[in-house]
Amino acid sequence: MSDKRPPRTSKEEAQHQQDMSRRKFLKNSGLLAGGLVGGGLFGGLITNSFDKKEEKAVVSKKDNNRMDEQARQFFTRHHDFNVLSAATEQIFPEDEHGPGAIKLGVPYYIDQQLAGRWGINGRDYRHSPYAVDLDKSDQQAGPAGEQSILDRGHLFLLGLRKMDDESQKRFSKPFDEADEDQQIEVMKDFEDNKIPMKGVKASEFFNLLINSTLEGAYSDPLYGGNYNMEGWKMKEFPGAQASYAGYIEQDEFKKLEPVSLRDYQGH
Amino acid sequence: MVKKLDKVDAVIVGSGWVGGIAAAELTKAGHKVVILERGSDKKHEDFVGTKDELRYSKRYDLMQDLNKSTITSRNSMDKEALPVRNNSNARLGNHTGGAGNHWNGMAFRWLPYDFEIYSKTVERYGKEKIPKNSTMQDWGITYDELEPYYDKYEKTAAISGEESPLGPPRSDKYPNPPMKDTPTIRLFSEATKKLGYHPYRIPSANASQTYTNPDGETINGCVYCAFCEEYGCDFGAKADPIGTVLATAQKTGNLEIRNEAHVNRVSHDGKKATGLVYTDTMTGQEYEQPADIVVLAGFVFTNTQLLLTSKIGQPYDPITGQGIIGKNFTGHFNNLSTYIGARGFFEDKKFNNFMGTGGLGASIDDFSGDNEDHTDLDFLHGYEVHYSQLGTRPISHNEVPEGTPKWGKEFKKQSLKYFNRNLFITAQSGFLPNRYTYMDLDPAYKDALGNPLLRVTVTYDKQDINRAKAGVARCEEIMKEMGADQMTVDVVKDDIVFDHKFFTDHFFGGVIMGADPATSAVNTYSQMWEMENLFVVGGSSFPHNSNYNPTVTIGAFAYRAAEGMLKYLKEGGNVALAASKETV
Repeated sequence: MSDKRPPRTSKEEAQHQQDMSRRKFLKNSGLLAGGLVGGGLFGGLITNSFDKKEEKAVVSKKDNNRMDEQARQFFTRHHDFNVLSAATEQIFPEDEHGPGAIKLGVPYYIDQQLAGRWGINGRDYRHSPYAVDLDKSDQQAGPAGEQSILDRGHLFLLGLRKMDDESQKRFSKPFDEADEDQQIEVMKDFEDNKIPMKGVKASEFFNLLINSTLEGAYSDPLYGGNYNMEGWKMKEFPGAQASYAGYIEQDEFKKLEPVSLRDYQGH
Repeated sequence: MVKKLDKVDAVIVGSGWVGGIAAAELTKAGHKVVILERGSDKKHEDFVGTKDELRYSKRYDLMQDLNKSTITSRNSMDKEALPVRNNSNARLGNHTGGAGNHWNGMAFRWLPYDFEIYSKTVERYGKEKIPKNSTMQDWGITYDELEPYYDKYEKTAAISGEESPLGPPRSDKYPNPPMKDTPTIRLFSEATKKLGYHPYRIPSANASQTYTNPDGETINGCVYCAFCEEYGCDFGAKADPIGTVLATAQKTGNLEIRNEAHVNRVSHDGKKATGLVYTDTMTGQEYEQPADIVVLAGFVFTNTQLLLTSKIGQPYDPITGQGIIGKNFTGHFNNLSTYIGARGFFEDKKFNNFMGTGGLGASIDDFSGDNEDHTDLDFLHGYEVHYSQLGTRPISHNEVPEGTPKWGKEFKKQSLKYFNRNLFITAQSGFLPNRYTYMDLDPAYKDALGNPLLRVTVTYDKQDINRAKAGVARCEEIMKEMGADQMTVDVVKDDIVFDHKFFTDHFFGGVIMGADPATSAVNTYSQMWEMENLFVVGGSSFPHNSNYNPTVTIGAFAYRAAEGMLKYLKEGGNVALAASKETV
């Protein structure tokens, strides 16, 4: 364990002290091995988050195979999922910086979110009367159809199928087979609320789609997106670090290998 | 059937800072206390390993579950209110520890001007300076009278800071020195100094060093991991009720916290409160918990709603101006009072934006309260301008220069480039009460147990808009001096209206304090004038909103209220009147 090795620099000294006090905290909270919780969880937390700090990369073994294990939880029609994949890839495309939405696992992330509590607006107030056409001064009353009677699962199905219909109508081919420019044309009309929709505004659905895509790109890999923390790596966000006490005063930009919750929690 | 339970000395609604402070002080004095908390049981153990942006910042795991209860909102009296359906528009606290779990830890005191705002305005500018529909009033207490309670709260909560050169007088220094200095704080401080202003470090409840408070509770030294706001601290380094006052109360053996207990009303006989009626939401059984004193220590909305549904006090009527419960609703509104300012984009500098702590930063008081001469200004009260390094997280932070699309290739490129190359400074401004900004019961919407929802009506006054504009202009000036290559400056439009976002968690009023029962619901000990064994404590008692974060002032008034409760349990009567007789 790193606290057995004396710190070599003042920066390390600061880090060392914070780590020591962290151990003390965990111990006092009864969270260390031998406390309330078994050694597996929090012992792992310490060995992983603290002692791997000096190592080059922290990659979970399972990550390499994870994409091969994915399947659809929410979408029953494969075609809906293909439209979703194409649309998210346009929102967050693969480029010279790194992978796009599909390689990050974003479509699976969204599928899994819609299959759970969020997809049925489980934490939301869901009593009538509902309002769809809001007064202009009330239009900020909620992103993505907050006042709609539809839940998020319905919104996605309606929105994606409408996108596909538009593509069929304009280009005589499904959305996911349309050219990049054609897909972008349809999506811009959704963004500008030029497509009439029932129950929700096209622009509100589109906002939901953008937000969900970014969530899939940048949430912890445990949710099915941000494959191998590639989203974080592109953004130079180092994830669930235990401490920045040793670096925060310094002028230089600090590049750190990202840490996922799987590693931080010590599974 | 309501099951009646055995009587206790005190029953409290809510286990946040206010309920925790009341519980600590009452139990230390030997009183038996029951806290009714509608959220779940939480311990520090629940916060370890929870640096999960999706769960806490996007799914709002620690916030009030709105499917059980929410509020409705409208921006003028002639409209029908809409329910706030999703937590993205209401980050209200819940669970043991309440909003004290997930606050950032910014720990300002308010100004002497705030507590005597009406008198000091008339004294300096004359009566004609008070706007037509303003309902601003003195609080019935001076800063000097409140100061010992400020000191007490700061010592309980490990506050780390340095004195503001323009700040109010202090009886003692902060219990801990300010947090670590960072390159971006230095940049803000140097720029504001060059402009002739007086920067100082934001006082924080994120402890700069490991500290043991006067009750013997330890708060760890912060490690700057950048998961404070919306998160419980993973490291026990942010003062919260669980680690301080609730722990202190629990050690006495005199406190029982009942979770999943949704309070429906205060039971009373018209003269005295007899207890609280609540539903155990795990079984659906309704109980009455009788007590000698009843303490409402919920959020502004809870306290106001409970008085209205329990028919205690006269509801405020904006048409006649009569009544008091629901009056003087104010807050830090999303599109007006905070989160607006100037964002700078830097080409040659890269910052460690992802590191930080909720209360880490610097501020200037040059324009706070009445520090600036308002003779020639078209608004009263002021704003503080701050830079805070609370730590940026990747789902929520995709800032790009103006003109960049919101999605696609160019968006991806620019949002990646600027994630660690942009800085934001904001002007947090005060909000003064007006006749048409208030709370009452909604006629249409109900909560899961059938109680009417609270309805909030918010109307911005012209001077609130002018104040916001002045604050944003100051942010622009400072960001320019900080050397940004490009800037996005928020625009406050003349016709801006409230956007129904209760996102800041800084809301006040409804059960306001004062020296006169004709214009206030509670005295300065938060004791109801018309029901002396009922204490309604917290932001609900503030007659207006200052330009600072409120928690320390809420903590200070909670300590004063607890002193009042102890006195009442001993001697009875109105403790404010008794206290004023003593000083005469």
